[in-house]
Amino acid sequence: MPEAARKIRVQCEINGKATTLESHPMSRLLDVLREQAGLTGTKEGCGEGECGACSIEMDGALVNSCLIPLLQADGTKIRTIEGVTEFAKLSAVQQAFLTYGGAQCGICTPGMILAALNLLSRNAQPTESEIREGLSGNLCRCTGYTRIFESVVAACRSLRPGS
Amino acid sequence: MRSYIPGYEMEAPRNLAEALERMAREPGAWKPFAGGTDLMVLLEAGKLPHRRYLSIWKLPELRGIAVTPQHLTLGALTTYSEIRQHEIIAHEFPLLCRAAAETGSVATQNRGTIGGNIANASPAADSPPALLVYDAELELISTRGARWVPYQGFWKGYKQLDLREGELIRGIRVPRGKTSWTHFYRKVGTRRAQAISKVCFAGTAQIDAGRIADLRIALGSVAPTVLRALETEKILRGQKPTPALVHAAEQVLAREIAPIDDIRSTAHYRIRVAQNLLVEFCENLAADTK
Repeated sequence: MPEAARKIRVQCEINGKATTLESHPMSRLLDVLREQAGLTGTKEGCGEGECGACSIEMDGALVNSCLIPLLQADGTKIRTIEGVTEFAKLSAVQQAFLTYGGAQCGICTPGMILAALNLLSRNAQPTESEIREGLSGNLCRCTGYTRIFESVVAACRSLRPGS
Repeated sequence: MRSYIPGYEMEAPRNLAEALERMAREPGAWKPFAGGTDLMVLLEAGKLPHRRYLSIWKLPELRGIAVTPQHLTLGALTTYSEIRQHEIIAHEFPLLCRAAAETGSVATQNRGTIGGNIANASPAADSPPALLVYDAELELISTRGARWVPYQGFWKGYKQLDLREGELIRGIRVPRGKTSWTHFYRKVGTRRAQAISKVCFAGTAQIDAGRIADLRIALGSVAPTVLRALETEKILRGQKPTPALVHAAEQVLAREIAPIDDIRSTAHYRIRVAQNLLVEFCENLAADTK
């Protein structure tokens, strides 16, 4: 067995709360979030950056947390699916997923919702092709995507000024 | 199977000088680690033999896009997202934007870097064909100093680069002034998003009085390295892109590339598609000559 690297301490802000995480420097942020921070809403699908189930926001950018070594989370601001709901009120995207049947088994849903929210934060009124591109890194094996796509379209509509 | 994570070390130098010093002091001990979109996949698969990494992700000296009258220079840590959002790149180097947009998804584009893409040296990478047709040069830096080298030829074989001991890629520059050229890029994969290419084709050409005054052609996924199709360029240079000439060029291209059968495609399919993309490129040129 190779010699074990020392553990490191990383300070970051997770869902608005200052947090210290401690593990090996190349531990996957995904595992540390789930096992140490208890944020199990972030899912593991493929573990190789293809499926988007582990999507989180890091300093405002959508990233796959399975591909982030813990050391690189130091000093960052992280938002997971647990940080999406403010004051027990669902975001417009979450509500639309419920209304339009955008979620089935639920494994891809946290990543889908974060990808959709991240898209809307960059582009408040995306075109249909921009929505498809914004979600293209998130795989779903249940819905056939149509209902997910319709959910995001509906969320955009509900967020339009004057609606 | 997954790697034994506690067996891996990673440290974060505070600046470029410290990173280079570290690499010089302990030759071969430390490898640079940028956005992790390739290395973390290998780690998960248990295929990451090297065990000590310097995280360079936050080094400011390797970031940023600079524009001078002659060149556009990308810091090695420029992400695909940053490339896609840059107006001068979109206007003058559209193939770089196309390649960035076709690399992975939003999450990959936020972490994947142009320097990492070059250093990873995959023959199937999407940006290198675009960099090659834009005559890219690399700036390599170590404690001994910096040097510029042409990207063309900067490899010794499959996944092997001509980097010296202790050297990092600091930046990539491309010469400006080709806005009047025709630019063509096409990646063929299994699906539109999140696919690794079966064949990738980039071409630029300058049309003058109905002839191809000058051109560049580069391909991915058809050889052990990304490939500049110099022989195919030679037969087309200075000529009118007539159907007969394009047919002859197809035969030259088939001899010049060396694709293999692998998990994504077959050699036979790749040769046919590479030829079809050459024809499509030449048809665009023929349209521009009218």
